[in-house]
Amino acid sequence: MIVRSPATSPMGRLQAVWDDKRLRYPLVAVIFALMAIAPHVLGPYATVILTNALLYVVLCLGLNIVVGYAGLLDLGYAAFFAVGAYTIGIVHHVLGLDFWLTLPLAVLAAAAAGIIIGSPTLRLRSDYLAIVTLGFGEIVRLSARNLQITGGASGISGIEQPWLFGWHISSPLDFYYVFCVLAVFAVIASLRLADSRLGRAWLYVRHDEDAAEAMGIDRVKVKLAAYVTGAIFGAIGGAFFAVNLSAISPESFSFRQSVLVLMAVVLGGMGKIPGVILGAFIVILGPELLRDLGDMRLLVFAVGLLLIMLFRPSGIWPRSR
Amino acid sequence: MALLELENITLRFAGNTVLDGVTFSVEARSIVSLIGPNGAGKTSLFNSITGFYKPQAGAISFDGLQTLRLKPHQVTAAGIARTFQNVRLFRDMTVLENVMSGMHCRTKAGAIGALLRLPSQRREEALIHETAAECLDFCGVLEDRSRIATTLAYGHQRRVEIARALATQPRLLLLDEPAAGLTAGEKEDLIALIGRIRDERGISVLLIEHDTGLVMRISERISVLDHGVLIAEGKPKEIQANPKVIEAYLGQDDGGELEL
Repeated sequence: MIVRSPATSPMGRLQAVWDDKRLRYPLVAVIFALMAIAPHVLGPYATVILTNALLYVVLCLGLNIVVGYAGLLDLGYAAFFAVGAYTIGIVHHVLGLDFWLTLPLAVLAAAAAGIIIGSPTLRLRSDYLAIVTLGFGEIVRLSARNLQITGGASGISGIEQPWLFGWHISSPLDFYYVFCVLAVFAVIASLRLADSRLGRAWLYVRHDEDAAEAMGIDRVKVKLAAYVTGAIFGAIGGAFFAVNLSAISPESFSFRQSVLVLMAVVLGGMGKIPGVILGAFIVILGPELLRDLGDMRLLVFAVGLLLIMLFRPSGIWPRSR
Repeated sequence: MALLELENITLRFAGNTVLDGVTFSVEARSIVSLIGPNGAGKTSLFNSITGFYKPQAGAISFDGLQTLRLKPHQVTAAGIARTFQNVRLFRDMTVLENVMSGMHCRTKAGAIGALLRLPSQRREEALIHETAAECLDFCGVLEDRSRIATTLAYGHQRRVEIARALATQPRLLLLDEPAAGLTAGEKEDLIALIGRIRDERGISVLLIEHDTGLVMRISERISVLDHGVLIAEGKPKEIQANPKVIEAYLGQDDGGELEL
């Protein structure tokens, strides 16, 4: 039997390039160049799909902080995505505030929601958190569906698209580039958080709660920080999602959405940033690439995902050491 | 006044009295051992001191601060560090990263600092690295700093765990069976290390240990726990001659472990 060394598998080679400091900057430059020209080469339909994939990069990196770094199973992540989107929609309709003034409000709303849900439940061990977040996700969706201020089942439409220094961000191409910038910010934020006192504390708590506490780490506070940080990523994604489509409805924030984001994180390899990005792209692009298969595509896609999890249970991105 | 004072600590689990009115103290800059047969309640006493268990009765004061109702991380912040009976290093993390965890309670940068890389955050990171490296050097395992902690030889893992506890900058260090699983040579190194922790850093050391030879050599005072009751307390010589202690050990099914 031939045992493949990590360096000879395709992912291993990719990882070797990423880990090599001399190659990393050229690689990043190539990725930026590809991101810049992709919509012009691939056409308008692909641009919309790629925009969606970039939104998922932001959401997945946010959930990765909660699930990958801090080890908290969150089954209702779409709730924060919804809080961000609905805050933009509601504030725009009720107060008529500019998008850039509303964005901080969306972040605050998500942080507040994170604290309200997290502070009682994060004291418990993580299985309970999964159940509570599952419930929270459904509560948010059902509230949005039944409240008047959220526009009920039809949602909110006519959300004004933002201006930035005289540039009206309105076409799909504009939004593609906005999401490129957001995704890059999300990557930088994830890298910086991982390499910090708080980021290490998340890992300590995930590995051994008791030992972490014995080292003077307040596990509830540290977990809450992860939960709220993830919530803020989700809300920012949701805010831009709302202005991109200029209309939102409760069905965009279903349990399926939470599961899809979680699936991308697990698929890519929890806690590994390049893996999570890849996971986000696979989850969004996979069904699109299989479009020719018609009704069979979701089945084929599901089988593909199962095979990946069977052969790479800790995610497609190899362990870094 | 002693650095650590326990008064009438009583701990029960589902009707079983694990600790029964234990009164006990540790002076500043001293090395004290806690011995006793298996199941005597030694680790339970450690867990009570460090806030992991909540005794139903009694009082614990550390340097004048009542710590009985504090959470474990607050006890650590107050200046009591510990190691675990079975080494509990953080998996998949390097030796240095493991020891850096000890500095968490002495630093305060949060998410904003990390995202913006503020000057104060960078200074703090440098301090965390520096302190962790110093603690590793003190314990003689600095050369292992970049290795994954759990891949180290057992004796080295024990040292890393001590370095990690020292990084919390404690005034009292609790070691739970630090010599378990060590070779004779490693035990000698451990004795030297414990001595240096007290002499050079001014830290009191309280240890649970089964190797009575080691205990007799390094302890200034020894306390003996049996069935949750403190049955003797004194200098090593006094303990060796104490009939109650001999009986506690000989009364065991396995013939006792105290070689006097």
